[in-house]
Amino acid sequence: MRYIEQQTVVKRMNGRLIANAIFKYIFLAATLLALLALVILLYRIVSQGAGNLSIDFLTNFASRFPDQAGIKAALVGSLWLMMVVAPTSIILGVGSAIYLEEYAKQNRITSFIRMNISNLAGVPSVVFGLLGLTIFVRAMALGNSILAAGFTMSLLILPVIIVAAQEAIRAVPGELRDASYGMGATKWQTIVNIILPAAIPGILTGSILALSRAIGETAPLIVIGVPVIIQFLPEGVMDTFTALPMQIYDWSSRPQQEFQAVAAAGIIVLMAVLLSMNSIAVIIRNKFDKRY
Amino acid sequence: MTTIITNKSASGTEADQTGKKAVYETKQLNLWYGSNHALKNIDLEIMENEVTAIIGPSGCGKSTFIKTLNRMVELVPSVKTSGEILYRGRNIFDNDYGVEELRTRVGMVFQKPNPFPKSIYDNVAYGPRIHGIKKKKILDEIVEKSLRGAAIWEEVKDRLNENAYSISGGQQQRICIARALAIEPDVILMDEPTSALDPISTLKVEELVQELKKDYSIIIVTHNMQQAARISDKTAFFLNGEVIEFDYTDTIFSNPSDKRTEDYISGRFG
Repeated sequence: MRYIEQQTVVKRMNGRLIANAIFKYIFLAATLLALLALVILLYRIVSQGAGNLSIDFLTNFASRFPDQAGIKAALVGSLWLMMVVAPTSIILGVGSAIYLEEYAKQNRITSFIRMNISNLAGVPSVVFGLLGLTIFVRAMALGNSILAAGFTMSLLILPVIIVAAQEAIRAVPGELRDASYGMGATKWQTIVNIILPAAIPGILTGSILALSRAIGETAPLIVIGVPVIIQFLPEGVMDTFTALPMQIYDWSSRPQQEFQAVAAAGIIVLMAVLLSMNSIAVIIRNKFDKRY
Repeated sequence: MTTIITNKSASGTEADQTGKKAVYETKQLNLWYGSNHALKNIDLEIMENEVTAIIGPSGCGKSTFIKTLNRMVELVPSVKTSGEILYRGRNIFDNDYGVEELRTRVGMVFQKPNPFPKSIYDNVAYGPRIHGIKKKKILDEIVEKSLRGAAIWEEVKDRLNENAYSISGGQQQRICIARALAIEPDVILMDEPTSALDPISTLKVEELVQELKKDYSIIIVTHNMQQAARISDKTAFFLNGEVIEFDYTDTIFSNPSDKRTEDYISGRFG
């Protein structure tokens, strides 16, 4: 007695092949739709904003005349912001990930902490803005400075960095740890010499992607009270500043039609910054990608 | 030389008939993974400059036992132990006995070749470096000596800076042995070191083990009974976490005293 009859298999074959083809086109359509939306968006922005892009646009401060408006203060402000966010969030994030993966006892408390870190990654950015306003701007009296905004952004992307770093550390084969411990290495020696070098591509990729999220965030900056029109460059982390998304938000909400084109030019600059950060992430991943 | 030495308990410094000293003595060693009783009342005495083979069917606790000897088993969460393991007369479970110190004296070679994703040189120099040796000249000497000791110097001397993954699996395993030798251990634990290797590489590792026992005490877990018969001086047969028989290898394989040992080595189970 055979359970699979050759005849019924042949009879059903047609239906299976049709279903296979239908699903293939459904998924293809989904991909194309997403791609189409992106292309339309890019086309609109480039066609609107490309005319306003020039060296002057990059080197001028904001102005109430659209043809003189520039993005200098915002661009420099965003770079300052990154200089605070990158070290703060990467050091704290990788440190927490190392603790959770290598040192913490694998018990209920640890898994509770882990679960909540993943949940924090989903908290809306405006909530982090309020947290920053309460702690850094008011309680620590940092005002609407680069430092206050940087710390707030760090909190915002910390969960993403921790999760990415945890995954990268977990992906390091256990045999390498065994080999190191088996020779009398301490935990710290094993982490520095074996685990981190193997996990660094994953950690850096995750960190850079998280940083590019921070550079595009607007809500926390609005809540903190970062100004939009600034006619000077910050000279230190205690100075106030403005950032790319703030400037774009301001331009796009002005009544004059000409400022819409200026906003589009600003978006192009912001996207260029984001794209170059993501490319760095890809290059790092490819360069350090080692097989085990 | 056919004295039954099973369960013989003696102090760590007492010499046997040949004048050799014990490197390891386990006394009523028990180990649990959670509620699973994996090692039961193990009493073994392992002599220096000998090859001690540990055989037994899968899941009998032989890998667990060898990993207990350098406390690597503690990397598994929820492990509990009781009893004593005396290494050179000192209980390794004592609070003031650091695992790092123990593992500097007891090298380990694993089942799967596990070189670090570094150059051959850096792999072998890893141990000395973590123990604080920084001088290039000394490191060079250790690397050469260890690679010669693992009988792989001639094959890799011109490619020391190549990644250790660029050589064959059998060569990788001998790099791992060289890496273990580089910390100048007293004992080398081998956990099925040839199970992932082809017959020719296996033969090379077996010849190497014969060579190494002049200077080191070797404890080797193996699935392969012919291998145990070929290379070991004494053999312990483990079954369900217990030592059924521990004796000279010749005796175990020609005239076992326990029926279960006989059944296992004649291939009736396992």
